[in-house]
Amino acid sequence: MKETVSSVAIKKEWDIVAARQAGRQISQRLGFGSVDQARITTAISELARNIYLYAKEGEIIFDEVHDLPKVGLKIIAKDKGPGINDLSAAMKDGYSTSGGLGAGLPGVKRLMDEFDMESGDTGTKVTVIKWARP
Amino acid sequence: MSSLKSDMQDYKELLSQYLKTKDEAVLYQAEQFSKQSIQQNISPDEVINVHYQALQELIPNIDESVQDSFQFLIETMISYGLAYQEHQVLREKQIELKSEIGVAANMQNTLLKTSVPSANAMDIGVKSVPAKEMNGDYHHFIKDEQGNIGVAVADVIGKGIPAAFCMSMIKFAMESFTENQIYPQWILESLNRVVGRNVDKGMFVTMFYGLYDVYTHQFYYASAGHEPCYVLREETGEFEEIDAKGLLLGVESTVQYEQLQTAINPNDLIVLLTDGVTECRVDGRFIEQEEVLNVIKAHAHLESQEIVDHVFKYFERLQDFQLRDDFTLVVMKRNDG
Repeated sequence: MKETVSSVAIKKEWDIVAARQAGRQISQRLGFGSVDQARITTAISELARNIYLYAKEGEIIFDEVHDLPKVGLKIIAKDKGPGINDLSAAMKDGYSTSGGLGAGLPGVKRLMDEFDMESGDTGTKVTVIKWARP
Repeated sequence: MSSLKSDMQDYKELLSQYLKTKDEAVLYQAEQFSKQSIQQNISPDEVINVHYQALQELIPNIDESVQDSFQFLIETMISYGLAYQEHQVLREKQIELKSEIGVAANMQNTLLKTSVPSANAMDIGVKSVPAKEMNGDYHHFIKDEQGNIGVAVADVIGKGIPAAFCMSMIKFAMESFTENQIYPQWILESLNRVVGRNVDKGMFVTMFYGLYDVYTHQFYYASAGHEPCYVLREETGEFEEIDAKGLLLGVESTVQYEQLQTAINPNDLIVLLTDGVTECRVDGRFIEQEEVLNVIKAHAHLESQEIVDHVFKYFERLQDFQLRDDFTLVVMKRNDG
């Protein structure tokens, strides 16, 4: 039903651009429109920047999902950082990220269609899906 | 999505009309369109996309670099769209909070309600208005079986909700005192213990407490760091300051309060107030106490309630109808005979 398309390791700031690039190529191939492409890449930026700023190291994994007749893009952001203590607080609007001006996790949730997050001592895993508009 | 599609059709038609006519009426319709979009929570990036799509249909051979520039613009606007949505959510939350505070303020009014005692010997007027929704000022009347009148005016250092909680506690403490315990000194000493035990360090209360003996016409009073109060003497036409030494409530666990007394003659006017009255600011300067007293004096011939209403109206107007601090003023006039 699905195949792992690719992943991008996030270690330095420029890796954020590489992750965006990979995400854009896949979303173009899957037929996302310009606004959705821009939303997906903004979400990728946000997730990758969180890894870069708070966990230092991690990866962004891209999956194509087929749930006929829908086609979607699943993005998993994984890191082995300190984790997020209060997930509910992190999901509230106004919770500071990236110096306060980032969209933050609530922004990522708004940009995408599905959102899930787990966090613990071993790190954080955020999974999001955007479905292509038929 | 269907509404967005029909909107898009509208937008395309409007744009096409405008490109042909440059008509102001079309621009007016564009204004309506943007208002409608806001109502439907359509974000800025979406509007740009609608414009881009419409443009592509209206001008088929659009330059490629212009097309790319739209991709660039949409990308730039995504964060604005997010900020816009966040703003909407926060705005709804603010409305929610406001209505909750409104409920709390109503509850406070019910909890802190005190009725002005009617007495043959005294004509009493009160005006207490909060600067924000919750009042950090407090006034309270007690009348014992003999008809003696106790009056308290208090101000919590700190405003808003915590101050309001603190006031409710003080009120219930005062109501628990029995009738033979209404001497000012005793009341302040007891309240000081209550505040010290139950309120966080850093929250202090000032209070002026007076007891009017309707038989001897003596006014007993004590103060816990409160503003001085005044008696306007009928005989001289001058104000006399009444003040007593005492620490603010809640600073130290045991405090002794000084209790003084003064004789009140017919038509003398007792004035109790909070610093919201004497420290009301106008254009960056504090109003002199004298100004307050002059307004009171000018209306001293009226009934007490009319006096306080006049003073309030005067200061409300001076402050452009926006109070900076809670305002509480109590006037008690000894009747003739």
